[in-house]
Amino acid sequence: MSETNSIISPENIVYKKSPVLLDNTMHYCPGCSHGTVHKLIAEVIEEMGVQDITIGVAPVGCSVLAYNYIDVDWQEAAHGRAPALATGIKRLLPEKVVFSYQGDGDLAAIGTAETIHACNRGENIVMVFINNGIYGMTGGQMAPTTLPGMKAATCPQGRDVSHDGMPIKISDLLAQLPGTCYVTRQAVHTPANVRKTKKALRKAFENQLANKGTSLVEVVATCNSGWKMNPVQSNEWMEENMFPMYPLGDLKDE
Amino acid sequence: MAKAKGAIVVDTAACKGCGVCVTACPTKVIELAAEVNGKGYHYAYMANPESCIGCSNCGIVCPDTCITVYRAKAVATA
Amino acid sequence: MRELKLMKGNEAIAEAAIRCGVDGYFGYPITPQSEVMETLMDRAPWDSTGMVVLQAESEIASINMVYGGAGCGKRVMTSSSSPGISLMQEGLTYLAGAELPCVVVNVVRGGPGLGTIQPAQSDYFQSVKGGGHGDYKLITLAPASVQEMADFVELAFDLAFKYRNPAMILSDGVIGQMMEKVELGEFKPRWTNEYIEKNYPWVTMGKNGRERNIITSVQLEPSVQEAFNHKLQNKYRECEENEVRYEEYMCDDAEYLFVAYGSSARICQKSVEIAREKGIKVGLLRPITLWPFPTKQIAHYADKVKGMLSVEMSAGQMVEDVRLSVCGKVPVDHFGRFGGAVHSPGEVVEALENKLIKA
Repeated sequence: MSETNSIISPENIVYKKSPVLLDNTMHYCPGCSHGTVHKLIAEVIEEMGVQDITIGVAPVGCSVLAYNYIDVDWQEAAHGRAPALATGIKRLLPEKVVFSYQGDGDLAAIGTAETIHACNRGENIVMVFINNGIYGMTGGQMAPTTLPGMKAATCPQGRDVSHDGMPIKISDLLAQLPGTCYVTRQAVHTPANVRKTKKALRKAFENQLANKGTSLVEVVATCNSGWKMNPVQSNEWMEENMFPMYPLGDLKDE
Repeated sequence: MAKAKGAIVVDTAACKGCGVCVTACPTKVIELAAEVNGKGYHYAYMANPESCIGCSNCGIVCPDTCITVYRAKAVATA
Repeated sequence: MRELKLMKGNEAIAEAAIRCGVDGYFGYPITPQSEVMETLMDRAPWDSTGMVVLQAESEIASINMVYGGAGCGKRVMTSSSSPGISLMQEGLTYLAGAELPCVVVNVVRGGPGLGTIQPAQSDYFQSVKGGGHGDYKLITLAPASVQEMADFVELAFDLAFKYRNPAMILSDGVIGQMMEKVELGEFKPRWTNEYIEKNYPWVTMGKNGRERNIITSVQLEPSVQEAFNHKLQNKYRECEENEVRYEEYMCDDAEYLFVAYGSSARICQKSVEIAREKGIKVGLLRPITLWPFPTKQIAHYADKVKGMLSVEMSAGQMVEDVRLSVCGKVPVDHFGRFGGAVHSPGEVVEALENKLIKA
């Protein structure tokens, strides 16, 4: 144990919390992917030195209080309207860095029009999209991205595609639009995936500084409370069930 | 006995005991404690400190960023 | 001598916005107000003042782009007509809840539903009683001329920033479409970011060394939400105390009173003249601010006149506020054509005679 104690000294630190991440305890459930993605955004903002010029736009959903965790200026949007807010901010302050943070219900259901048109105009912003296939905040109802057969509070027998349609693969759709410069789908359940997601976020923010248009980073995520599994089981379930529908990788990189 | 190359410090009060770090650790250093913290969570701790290689995997996957990772400088391994 | 121009009301809104240094306009076409954005696009102010003009995908997007810009302390506005304003109600309550200043122009047309593209004043309730959910108020200005369409843009921004609250210019298809002589204001420079940050420390422009700012309307803790609502109500009381605006026409010796705003007030001016030729002593009180409403001034006339007629191009909306103002002291009735129809001055006088004098 004395060996360990001798290693624990400031000059040996190889991983610690980014100062851009605030000390507030996150309200998310244990194991929730939101926390990991928040952390990565904070690390990218810190490493790029853009904390003082960044404005985040928070959604409605579990991450409605995202502004409590990342130490930048924030605006909280109505459900689905984050891309419209981000458009207003970026058009009026083109020299600032603007990102939206949205879940699947926010980005791919109620805010579909705002999402598609912001991307189609090529708004020079970063959109971070958390896809866990469920409405977590309201208690686990069916999302636009809920898998066929997957059970949720408003499809307790499982999603019946003859009744509710297939899940929407919105990133594939957005990659078709000329306004997007970078559309990628990542995950944060393993150290390797976390590193890839961070690289994707970094690229997205760099695209904005280079005025390249809209960058969308989808993160296929877990909602262990909504899925009614423990966090480790959720990660396994995600690999087996979510990834076949939402395969990871770049959909567009120009 | 293996010589520890790394170490972690868990903010046990902030830890929610999700166990993601336990799975991510390649050398099985981390376990969830039998006792609970103030929130009632079985927090993560270094059960096998001598195996830690300071790879940061646990810190990287931790959703609540409550793990700080240390690694001894290369000279210490001589 | 200021510049004189013959303009449509909608064009005057656009011209005034450019001249008073507005930073951004976000809109979506709808009759009878599309000339606002058309004029702005034609004038291309991004080349002169740097003003941003963007056609959004919907009124929902427009009002939320306004929210984003307003949160940065920029002077941003949108315009629409009744069905489009209905779509903006979500955004308006969020703007009020986040205490964001902005200007929204409603060139009202007849409803309900898709209704008609002809003028009406049937969005009074929506404008002054809430419209969206929650306890909030919109500062509501009612122009009665093309000149006021121009002048009220800057006034609305001044009030919006003074009270950190959205302000609405409640016009109608008559004022929006008609042409009149307008005396235009001087060109004023847009606010610099430095000016905004110094005078409005709540804005989100990047934290730049200070504590971060958060623009939000969510307070999950009821006691915090209640305290915030008290703060809003105090602000509204202050606004009611200081910002009531109205105009009186031939009220000194009046035995009857027309209460009318916007184009109905213009019509009533003529009705006053016709009535007086017939020997009926009638005056006109024109509320310029519909919220805050000139309650006290109307109450003052309750002791002097024999009756009041609220004249509106609606089935009777403002009449409720007139009645509340007089507390039953005198008879109050309503007259107005609606659904896109506009009353004539003669019809108004006839209504006065039938509803209040002969009755």
